[in-house]
Amino acid sequence: MDQLFYASEVFINGLMTGVMYSLVALGFVLIFKASGVFNYAQGVMALFAALTLVGIMEGQVPFSHLINATFGTHLSNFSWTVGPVVAILLTAGVMVLLAIVIEKLVLQHLVGQEPIILFMATIGLAYFLEGLGDVMWGADIKTLDVGLPQGISDTIEQATANWFGYGFFIDRLDIWATIIAALLVAALVAFSQYTKQGRAMRAVADDHQAALSVGISLQFIWIMVWSIAGFVALVAGIMWGTKSGVQFSLSLIALKALPVLMLGGFTSIPGAIVGGLIIGVGEKLFEFFVGPMVGGATENWFAYVLALIFLVFRPQGLFGERIIERV
Amino acid sequence: MTDIESNPLTGQPAPAEGYVTADGRQIGGVLMDLRNITLRFGGVEAIKNISFDVREGEIRAIIGPNGAGKSSMLNVISGFYVPQEGEVWFKGYKRGPMRPYEVARLGIARTFQNIALFDGMTVLDNIMTGRLNKTKSGFLSQALWWGAAEREEIANREQVERIIDFLEIQNIRKTPVGRLPYGLKKRVELARALAAEPQILLLDEPMAGMNVEEKEDMSRFVLDVNDEFGTTIVLIEHDMGVVMDLSDRVVVMDYGRKIGDGSPDEVRNNQEVIDAYLGVAHD
Repeated sequence: MDQLFYASEVFINGLMTGVMYSLVALGFVLIFKASGVFNYAQGVMALFAALTLVGIMEGQVPFSHLINATFGTHLSNFSWTVGPVVAILLTAGVMVLLAIVIEKLVLQHLVGQEPIILFMATIGLAYFLEGLGDVMWGADIKTLDVGLPQGISDTIEQATANWFGYGFFIDRLDIWATIIAALLVAALVAFSQYTKQGRAMRAVADDHQAALSVGISLQFIWIMVWSIAGFVALVAGIMWGTKSGVQFSLSLIALKALPVLMLGGFTSIPGAIVGGLIIGVGEKLFEFFVGPMVGGATENWFAYVLALIFLVFRPQGLFGERIIERV
Repeated sequence: MTDIESNPLTGQPAPAEGYVTADGRQIGGVLMDLRNITLRFGGVEAIKNISFDVREGEIRAIIGPNGAGKSSMLNVISGFYVPQEGEVWFKGYKRGPMRPYEVARLGIARTFQNIALFDGMTVLDNIMTGRLNKTKSGFLSQALWWGAAEREEIANREQVERIIDFLEIQNIRKTPVGRLPYGLKKRVELARALAAEPQILLLDEPMAGMNVEEKEDMSRFVLDVNDEFGTTIVLIEHDMGVVMDLSDRVVVMDYGRKIGDGSPDEVRNNQEVIDAYLGVAHD
């Protein structure tokens, strides 16, 4: 019986991990749908957003190392700190600014180019942002605390202990991440289905020429989509940064989004969510049941193998659009 | 508004104050005036020094053999191409170089030769995109569906439903466009253009690839749109018969030049036009 409870605890924890994967995958899907660009920099955007958030909250002087080295000064911090809400709003502003700069300096000049060219441009962007984050805020590992509750929830543990005689260990941060992710997705769906800009965004995702002919500015929509993707990156950055510290490895969570996308389909928002949950639950359960037989550490590769198997049987993913070519 | 006078460069200048058509419709003054348009792609001149005007309320056709530059002309009007020389005057003002979406916002809607619809969206959603520029409320109130946004959305829906009734596509309202047959797609595209309540409607081969019955339907719709909404229409068509029945005045193009301009009857009897269509040796 205990084994069963333990397995369900693993299952629930898998779901929560999956939510975190979904958050990252969501940013990819948004940009891919609207502009056909696979944005390699999505993970780094999450890192950059988290770094900026910490920097603003702690009142760091941006580029302080650079300034100190050039002018021989000893700047490090302003004399203030900023509350989490204001800091998050400011960081969202920075992400919008970043979207505008990316559109003006990179995307605008590559209109009509092959997808592979745009993909390469985002690789460049990823390295640029990584460097920019380091230069602006320093390369040391930072802790991020925006006031989200952390640690094992005693309430749940005691309640389940009373009901089942087995206390479930569930991280409060994971619960909050799930709630916030659900709200974010609901907001995104409401935005894309019911607003003028959302309708325009779907129109651009479908056909550029037709979108132009009904009076939609592609530039505006791209800036908007990259801003939204920046905001999603910020949310992902907050969750992952709170969980495991703000550091370079944060940008590597983007790699976990890849199998999620293969599973769910690159163009589907529900796909990103369901794909994330399947990967999260799958890798935890696999580690729980099969891990001990093969010496553990299956979480590192399970997601990719699952995605490969999916590619064989359903290349467009669970929710992706099946491409039927008329001959 | 000095340019409302008849344009000396236009082949058959219509009277400045408009004219009355054979079937008794009153045509107004000049709505759009194209002056000395030249468009080049590298060394190729797709349009060579062409001028003509479009009058309020008329159906103006551009005809010509394949490769004559008809579609290029339409793309110049709708802002998809920017001509190297020449001026586009709209409602008495000279238009600067504009992007396609800016032209659309001026009140010039279009359809495409190869149909450009949003395949993933339903017919209704496609037509609703035509209303984007008629929507003014902020996105927060739209997302939460309150106040002005709700009234606006309802007004937009009503307008769109009128167009759907008008074009007789009620039964496919919720169908994703990608699943529709060709003829219906063309009709949905027309509906989307109409939803923007344009002052000028540009139709790029609205009847290409249709069977006789579909062509008749489409001709009827074009006439009805002009009649009921008073929309000025510029259309490109290959089929001489259709053009002659539909249009008030016709511009004929061949190899990027204008070789005729006038009423269908005048054009029909123009020797150069006959040569271009029947084919004579070019030297």
